[in-house]
Amino acid sequence: MSAADSRIRARLRIARADFSLDVDLDLPGHGITALFGHSGSGKTTCLRAIAGLERAADGYVALGDEIWQDESRGLFVPPHRRALGVVFQEASLFAHLSVRRNLEFGQRRAPAEQQHFSLPEVAELLGIGHLLERGPGSLSGGERQRAAIARALLAGPRILLMDEPLAALDLRRKREILPYLERLHRELSIPVIYVSHAPDEVARLADHLVLLDAGRAIASGPLNSVLSRIDLPAAFADDAGVVLDTVIDGHEEDHLSRLRFPGGQIWVSQRPEPVGTPLRCRIHARNVSLALIPQHHTSILNCVSATVVDLAATSTPGQLLVRLDCAGEPLLARITERSAKRLEIRPGLALRAQIKSVALLD
Amino acid sequence: MTDAATAQDLAAVWLTLKLASVVTMLLLIIGTPIAWWLARTRSRLKGVVGAIVALPLVLPPTVIGFYLLITMGPHGPVGRLTEALGLGVLPFTFGGLVVASVFYSLPFVVQPIQNAFEAIGERPLEVASTLRAGPWDTFWSVAVPLARPGFLSGAILGFAHTVGEFGVVLMIGGNIPEKTRVVSVQIYDHVEALEYTQAHWLAGGMVLFSFAVLLTLYTLNPSQRART
Repeated sequence: MSAADSRIRARLRIARADFSLDVDLDLPGHGITALFGHSGSGKTTCLRAIAGLERAADGYVALGDEIWQDESRGLFVPPHRRALGVVFQEASLFAHLSVRRNLEFGQRRAPAEQQHFSLPEVAELLGIGHLLERGPGSLSGGERQRAAIARALLAGPRILLMDEPLAALDLRRKREILPYLERLHRELSIPVIYVSHAPDEVARLADHLVLLDAGRAIASGPLNSVLSRIDLPAAFADDAGVVLDTVIDGHEEDHLSRLRFPGGQIWVSQRPEPVGTPLRCRIHARNVSLALIPQHHTSILNCVSATVVDLAATSTPGQLLVRLDCAGEPLLARITERSAKRLEIRPGLALRAQIKSVALLD
Repeated sequence: MTDAATAQDLAAVWLTLKLASVVTMLLLIIGTPIAWWLARTRSRLKGVVGAIVALPLVLPPTVIGFYLLITMGPHGPVGRLTEALGLGVLPFTFGGLVVASVFYSLPFVVQPIQNAFEAIGERPLEVASTLRAGPWDTFWSVAVPLARPGFLSGAILGFAHTVGEFGVVLMIGGNIPEKTRVVSVQIYDHVEALEYTQAHWLAGGMVLFSFAVLLTLYTLNPSQRART
């Protein structure tokens, strides 16, 4: 099955008294697509409608050549006949079954030719091999959620839908489970739709991003091309920033690690990972300042060459967002209108971007 | 005299247990779909059906007995039907007692099961549907096992309540030895006849039985409620 065969098409219209959803999504058949929005933006409803747990009065949902819903023909495939896996916010393991029996629940019911994994493989992938004979009640929140992910994978899904799988967990549990999600990301051939309202999770996991606001999809595209847009509503612009996919290039004597990306090098506090490990970092627009000439008399370590692409006003009076091109990588800087005027910031201008801090996503 | 009375007492005990077992079985079969519907429906009829099921909780047994007697009697609609089917009329038979007891004990079985179904919530059923279990499969493999404490309470309460009924039995069943004379009626007879010793044996037995049932119920249930 190639990635093109699992493209997701979802045209959904739901009108309720207090809420309406009207989206037309065309999502890639590989990698993790994040549906990001604030509460009430319709992201969960969207996911539930794709799963068939909710039926949009006017809807079309297809995964590759498999049509799951087409209201123009009155077609609606119920969830249990769709080859999908769903991970809910809280783990929802069946309390009357052991972890192993939970994992087997979907596996037994799925046709053999649709199963890509064996139980031991999935248990190993999610690190729950030692928990199989236990009851769900004796597991920690993180372990339960990992078991729920394993259970969904064993049902032979062609797509995995995750509805804020980390939202019910505390920070420690989140940190415990994120590496497993990244591992899934690397090793899984099926697409994942990941609903979240946490920018850090999205920045860390997503390849593709859909921004939802008040039931509408206001942006959809590869992660950085959406993140680097400067025309988004205030709710998103206030937290503007891009992600950089870097590789650890070296560890230096003074407890710094050097990261390499196409636009240059940046230094961060010493990392435990070996040289060559990919590392994703997030750079907030508010942590990037601009200088026309290289600054040597500054404590800021990270400084890269960039060219101004365009600039736009933000919802905060007197503040601008500047989009930069850094050897093909986008970068956003948030500066004051006064500085922009003084430095005569304009599209095409070559300058230095000083990165005050890099958020490593863990 | 004493021996004969004891034999009659034993017959009454046996008949009571037989009645309660049959009724409990039927109530689980009839009550489960009603409980499921009441727990899941958004229909406006929910209130009406719920109220009808709960009626025996508040009505005097004589009222239920009276109407059942009329409906199942030779001139009532049910009576005509059973006669046409060649079953004869139900009042003053064991079959009549079973029908009446099913009505009378219905809420005691439906309500615990309904509460248990409601306590499960939507989520486990949704999860099952995303794991390729159809509605029927989900009902048996998720809803019923998760509602087990409710079934247990319902069965115990239904059984115990049928054992303890008196008014409806008297109206519908009368007092025919080995056919419709259950323990509660037998006790009444003993007291009427001033046979207090026999009455004590049976009445004391009922007290012990009821206490044991309730004790089982209260010790079983709290541990079952510990869910994740």
